[in-house]
Amino acid sequence: MIEFIILLLLIFMIVGALFVIEMDNLLSTAVVMGTIGFGLSVAFLFLGAPDLAIVEIVVDVISLIILIRATINRDIKEKAEESTSMISRIPLLVIVVIFFIFTYNVFQHLPAFGNPSFAGNPLAPSNIYLKDGLSKTGASNIVAAIILDFRAYDTLGEATVLFTSIIGALSVLRLFTRKRKEEEDK
Amino acid sequence: MIYSLCLVLFILGLYCVLTKKNLIKIIVGLVIMDNAVNLFFVLLGYRTNGTVPIITNDAEKSMIMQHSVDPIPQALVLTSIVISLGILALMVSLAIRLYEKYGTFDITKIRKLKG
Amino acid sequence: MKGMSQIVKVIAELVKDFIILFGIYIILNGHLSPGGGFAGGVIIAASYILITLAFGRERAMKELSEKGSHILDNFGVLLFWAVAVLGWLIPGQAFFSNFIQRFAPGSPYNILTSGIILVCNIAIGIKVGASLFSVFTALAHFESPLKGDDEE
Repeated sequence: MIEFIILLLLIFMIVGALFVIEMDNLLSTAVVMGTIGFGLSVAFLFLGAPDLAIVEIVVDVISLIILIRATINRDIKEKAEESTSMISRIPLLVIVVIFFIFTYNVFQHLPAFGNPSFAGNPLAPSNIYLKDGLSKTGASNIVAAIILDFRAYDTLGEATVLFTSIIGALSVLRLFTRKRKEEEDK
Repeated sequence: MIYSLCLVLFILGLYCVLTKKNLIKIIVGLVIMDNAVNLFFVLLGYRTNGTVPIITNDAEKSMIMQHSVDPIPQALVLTSIVISLGILALMVSLAIRLYEKYGTFDITKIRKLKG
Repeated sequence: MKGMSQIVKVIAELVKDFIILFGIYIILNGHLSPGGGFAGGVIIAASYILITLAFGRERAMKELSEKGSHILDNFGVLLFWAVAVLGWLIPGQAFFSNFIQRFAPGSPYNILTSGIILVCNIAIGIKVGASLFSVFTALAHFESPLKGDDEE
């Protein structure tokens, strides 16, 4: 039952991605991007990950605002000469098909969907975190205990990466306004 | 079957990055690839009829191991979602900067105009 | 950036404080129920973005200035890192160990438990909220040389 719902949501996301690829208007592509994030958040709810569903829906809303801000006054349609180069797309399609065949063969060796490999092994890290999480850390939410106590160093690295990317974005955006203010003052 | 559909979503994002000439379409393709990889990680850790890895009362403390989904992929994907937001902010600010300098989002024209 | 119509302004005035309250609730209950520092921080940033979109940029700058958001951002990262190093400086504990839980454990299923997890959630929430608001303000204020006036 859950597998059927996940299949429907995946088909919904694939149709949304096809619309995004083929659309001309840039503002419409930014709006359709919101549906992919929404489908992903509902899929996380059905897969037993409510933490991820909350984070994914709010991040999708913020990224939609950022994308619309980039495209709202610069509504440029794609040029017509791109659609005539069908012949030059054939090597790309060959590469994509070969990639698909190889990865599909690798997926045959993964454990079946719904039967993960930690299920029968009492020494797997997931089982140890689930058994000792509450007594060792005092947190009822095992995912929060993992990201902030057992693997806190990864969260420190991630906070650093987020900090660096925001500083990069701020420094790229503000260089021009300061130079222009200095020219106006002179 | 579900893993193959996830791979199809990833390949659609890859195709968008490789063939499109508009900068905003390339950025959107990268975001689709990010979402496909995050979904794949969480799909790997799903257990049939599994419950959420949150302990609500003392009776569940010893039984949570038997019927919970995998909590480790959820921890990794939480980090990945937030990092992809930071990457999107940086990419969009660079795209806005390129538009203000060259007047177009088309990457073939950006290569031709020098200085 | 100009504001919006009168209806939007009235509703935004009423709702913005409840959004911040909801964000604080999600941060503080991060170790008991789904949520945590990242989700709560983004929700708090969304409340300030609502003020910017509804009233215009000047009103949002009065609530939280640019310099204030930068100071909060750096304070969040410093608090997170200071808690980690404090675990290393205390004799007998390792870097980033949960020393608060070892010395003063609370009872489970309360808010005041699990030591370092609560403090780190608050630090991450402050950091993410302030940095997303500063990025949105910089994007909204970016002046265009081709058009010669403020982008909307």
